[in-house]
Amino acid sequence: MSGATDPRLLRKAPPRPLRLSWADERFRNIVWQVLVVGGVVGIIYWLWSNTTYNLEVRRIATGWDFLWREAGLPIGESLIEYDPSMSYFRALQVGVLNTLKVALIGIVLATILGTLLGIARLSKNWMLNKFAAAYVEIVRDLPLLLQLLFWYALLQGLPGPRQALNPIDGVFLSNRGLKLPFFVWESAHSWALLTAVAGVVATVLYRRWARAAQARDGQARAVWPAALAFIIGAPIAVWAAMGAPFTPDVPALRGFNFRGGIDVSPEFFALLLGLTLYTAGFIAEIVRAGIQAVNQGQWEAAEALGLPRGRVMSLIVLPQAMRVIIPPMTSQFLNITKNSSLAVAIGYQDIVSIANTTLNQTGQAIEGIAIIMLVYLTISLSISLFMNWYNKRIALVER
Amino acid sequence: MMPMRRSLATLVGVATTLFAAALPAQAQAPAAAPAAAPAASTLDAIRARGTLVCGVSTGLAGFALPDSQGNWRGFDVDYCRALAIAIFNDPTKVRFVPTTAQVRFTALQSGEVDILSRNTTWTLSRDTSLGFDFAGINFFDGQGFMVKRSLNVQNARQLDGATVCVQPGTTTEQNLADWARGARVNIRPVVIERLEDNVAAYNAGRCDAYTTDVSGLAAIRATQQNPNDHVILPDVISKEPLGPLYRHGDQRFGDLVRWLHFGLIGAEEFGITAANAQQMLASDPRPEVQRILGRTGELGRMLGVDNAWMLNVIRGVGNYGEIFERNLTPIGLQRGRNALWTTPGGLQYAPPFR
Ligand SMILES: N[C@@H](CCC(=O)N[C@@H](CS)C(=O)NCC(=O)O)C(=O)O
Repeated sequence: MSGATDPRLLRKAPPRPLRLSWADERFRNIVWQVLVVGGVVGIIYWLWSNTTYNLEVRRIATGWDFLWREAGLPIGESLIEYDPSMSYFRALQVGVLNTLKVALIGIVLATILGTLLGIARLSKNWMLNKFAAAYVEIVRDLPLLLQLLFWYALLQGLPGPRQALNPIDGVFLSNRGLKLPFFVWESAHSWALLTAVAGVVATVLYRRWARAAQARDGQARAVWPAALAFIIGAPIAVWAAMGAPFTPDVPALRGFNFRGGIDVSPEFFALLLGLTLYTAGFIAEIVRAGIQAVNQGQWEAAEALGLPRGRVMSLIVLPQAMRVIIPPMTSQFLNITKNSSLAVAIGYQDIVSIANTTLNQTGQAIEGIAIIMLVYLTISLSISLFMNWYNKRIALVER
Repeated sequence: MMPMRRSLATLVGVATTLFAAALPAQAQAPAAAPAAAPAASTLDAIRARGTLVCGVSTGLAGFALPDSQGNWRGFDVDYCRALAIAIFNDPTKVRFVPTTAQVRFTALQSGEVDILSRNTTWTLSRDTSLGFDFAGINFFDGQGFMVKRSLNVQNARQLDGATVCVQPGTTTEQNLADWARGARVNIRPVVIERLEDNVAAYNAGRCDAYTTDVSGLAAIRATQQNPNDHVILPDVISKEPLGPLYRHGDQRFGDLVRWLHFGLIGAEEFGITAANAQQMLASDPRPEVQRILGRTGELGRMLGVDNAWMLNVIRGVGNYGEIFERNLTPIGLQRGRNALWTTPGGLQYAPPFR
């Protein structure tokens, strides 16, 4: 709002005294609002008092003390150290991390796959085009739970550990999951990783500088040599300077199972696969719609300038399409997160699975459900906030 | 915009004050306010509804499993039928609600079911902080392991490093963790909610072993394509006293369920069966038999049901031994500890009927 508003618009109607009469609209509004708000407050109070009373009569435990009690529940996979002698709080943390793990990896993979499929849907190549169309239709029409059970059953159909498939040395695929060789993680590796993160930041800053410089002198500067040095070179130097430790940790069959290496469980893999493939179908349609929303004239104008097709896509069309794509994309990201709760069906221990077991064992259903709601609300709001910020950043700047 | 927002804030203030003023009046009579106070007896609610709602498992052969016509059959199911006969003199006046291990307690707490008759272990926390009472132990059990015969495992300790399938929300998963810790055995759990999916994972070889109550193992083994391919290991790692449970505080309903169980035991002890109950009522000279069958005394009435309750129950489902034989003997379970106390090793015992 600028100061140039017409002064006539600022003048208010003279305040009219409130009459305590049904004929007065303002009075009516106030009465209705008092009744509605009062009713809502009353219902909440009734629900609350009813619940506490009934919990009390049945001697059902309430409160949050249980969080610090020993959980005693076994968990198959965890990103942090866990054993059943730890608290319910710790077990729930494991659950939250498991949810975040599958949701974040799922979001990245579904976005990549979905974008490729969306572009393929517009391809002039008949095969590619029809394949993408068929994929989208099939995947979107089948219930996700069914797909998850399908992938899980498929993975269970793999041979047992003793007959595991061994495509490359040290890699084993069996009905116990995928075992990959790794190395013993030491502090030098942590430092190298940290350096790589700093390298990414440095690259972003360098790119910004290079752009500004190009705007000044018209000279294009390649970013990749700097990126290579910052993100790959520097971490290697740090690792080498710390003695270049490397002890391979190769999975080997011992007794019933493989030991050593890293482990992708069939439960996690089935869930990730199901969520990614399913959501990619929706994202493909969003990307296609976004690209088609960009005026054909933009293509023609860009081509008239002599830009190759690929660059037209990446420099002219996609940035504009993004504005159409981002808002519906946000809800797909939220969907992945929420759908990850179907994990219970195939035995991946996410927050819902662990909170459910917790509430079963402590009998504190209300607290358990509250925890689940809190976790999903926090994750969803974070995603929404981030996407809104990103959306604002790329929004059309009008002059 | 501003004045509008301010008026809304005032409104909320006014409304809260109004209701705050109304609070003390309500708080003084908390018992009157809640609509479904559990103090209102479950028995009355069942009578008013005209059916008993019984929580059973989702499908465990011998305990609770719908047959090809969709009729529920099994040991736990017969207890529900017996209760329906005691209350309504009609074995069909019962609705079965299948519950997974995970959701069963919420179903009972919330009043969705009147009673759980569903291989549930009596533990201290379930008896106290979960808000239940157990009516007795109708099956003495313990937790075991089942493995494929081809694995050639002889005892549970050899399971070090093995992957074990287990249902969440059970004593089973906690016992497994406890046992592994105590025995220093390294176990990888696979935790799947639905029994069917869990057993499928075991069959597919996702797990080396399946663990649950030995009775549950017997039920699962009996329904395998080839039961002989699976062995139940001799180790029993816990005590699992199973029995029906109801909401804490409803003593009247609890008394009925408890004495129904004792009645079934007593009937076996006195040799009253589905076939001879009517005849024993007419001719058996023992006074306790006459009291159980309701010809003399007021035992049924004391529990708030028809005096002929036990006569009807026994004619309908038989005594404890008959229920056991009909449902559990076919899946390969022996009486063992669940024999009458009059047999060596038997633990089933009923207090006097007077
Ligand atoms: N007795 C144990 C375990 C009871 C239990 O749920 N066992 C499983 C495995 S045998 C079962 O009956 N599942 C049937 C179902 O989920 O429907 C307990 O009370 O926690």
